[in-house]
Amino acid sequence: MPRANAAPARPGVTLLVATRKGLWTLRSDAKRRDWAIAGPQFLGHNVHHAVADPRDARVVLAAARTGHLGPTIFRSRDGGRKFAEAGTPPAFRQGGGRTVDHTFWLTPGHASQPGTWYAGTSPQGLFRSTDGGATWTGVEGFNEHPQRRAWCGGDQDGTPDGPKLHSILVDPRDADHLYIAMSSGGVFESIDGGAGWRPLNRGVRADFMPDPDPEYGHDPHCVRFAGGNPDRLYQQNHCGIFRLDRPGAVWTDIGAPMPKTVGYVGFPLVAHPTDPNTLWICPMDGTDVWPRVSPGGKPAVYRSRNGGKRWQRLAEGFPQAQAWWTIKRQAMTSDRGDPVGLYLGTTSGEVWASRDEGDSWRCVARNLPAIQAVEVG
Amino acid sequence: MTAHRTMEAATTVVVRIPSPLRSYTAGAAEVEVAIPVLAPELPPTLAGVLAAVEQQHRGLRFRIVDEQGKVRPHIKLFVGLEATRDLATPVPAGQDVMIVAALSGG
Repeated sequence: MPRANAAPARPGVTLLVATRKGLWTLRSDAKRRDWAIAGPQFLGHNVHHAVADPRDARVVLAAARTGHLGPTIFRSRDGGRKFAEAGTPPAFRQGGGRTVDHTFWLTPGHASQPGTWYAGTSPQGLFRSTDGGATWTGVEGFNEHPQRRAWCGGDQDGTPDGPKLHSILVDPRDADHLYIAMSSGGVFESIDGGAGWRPLNRGVRADFMPDPDPEYGHDPHCVRFAGGNPDRLYQQNHCGIFRLDRPGAVWTDIGAPMPKTVGYVGFPLVAHPTDPNTLWICPMDGTDVWPRVSPGGKPAVYRSRNGGKRWQRLAEGFPQAQAWWTIKRQAMTSDRGDPVGLYLGTTSGEVWASRDEGDSWRCVARNLPAIQAVEVG
Repeated sequence: MTAHRTMEAATTVVVRIPSPLRSYTAGAAEVEVAIPVLAPELPPTLAGVLAAVEQQHRGLRFRIVDEQGKVRPHIKLFVGLEATRDLATPVPAGQDVMIVAALSGG
């Protein structure tokens, strides 16, 4: 809920487009038809994630790692016009031997905790700010957990540009109920505000491991709450697509109905903001050496309207051939319009938008640097 | 250049700043910092110089030195003409400190 002193809502949609070389902003008209681009901000900085605060429309945080320089977080209190650097960016405990390479993920805290934010880093670390992003401290219940090394593996393990902690979810009903996901490591849950954690991976395949059904060590790519139902989680994983209905603790495979020629691997997953049965994924080629591009060079989004029982291919407007897109896990999102608008950004620097829940798509920006994240501002 | 002139209880060191870090120094290519001198035979160290830089230009040090006290991978530090990654390196009288962003990237 915006504060009383929040900036008045403007018609249309604002997108924060975080790229490997800076931050751009796209703004639409009220019909989401025409778009204008502004920026860059932080030109030359590697911006991994830029997120607006749903509790205070003036606040925007951006996580950056700048070429030769170490990682930091910038924060704006005027809707993204000016940014100031965090006084104490996320950093591991001195003497502990670990070093934050970059902050990968930002999540605003619970509505009842206005200044609270969470940050996930590479290598895997969880950090919290209670002052709107000015100072950050480690969530030591995770970072110093005696099992952390077993859960996460070594800091050199995992994805090619470093293992990551992402998909930090705060239960809208309970500020102390948190989920995190790690590539690698799996999904973990805390019910005490981050003091204690337990793995939550049963039913999720890990066919790259000696034991294909381990307790942890999985590779979730993106985990989201179902819209309007925080008792349901959706997960795009290295090994498939899964759904979990709490209080159950065993994930259900919902990727099996995907066409075999397309597969069930991808990075982003977007849940409909209000319909718990609707979600979208964006498959990437997971065969052979894991090219992670649109299968066959034919980009498509897949939508399910029934919680993953069936999937529908959506590609109207996309190139029909020779389009080898990679879409990272933060680079696809939705607005709260009716019908819902969808947005995705490619590592080849294009932003595509749909204002009909994915039925048709239009390119609204091109020639940007590699896009790492797209969020509605 | 007035590098490292000794005063009563402090010495000053000139620190040369590469362009990626000049947002912290209001665009200045070099800054001068005062370092307390405990004894004439104990010159300041690189760590002391960077701590003094941090006092004047908050946030700069963490961009080049990580939380475990190690110089970040693509940063080079020179004391005079000598490259070092050891923050315990003494900074003798008359020597500048130069921070270099290594020529890499893409």
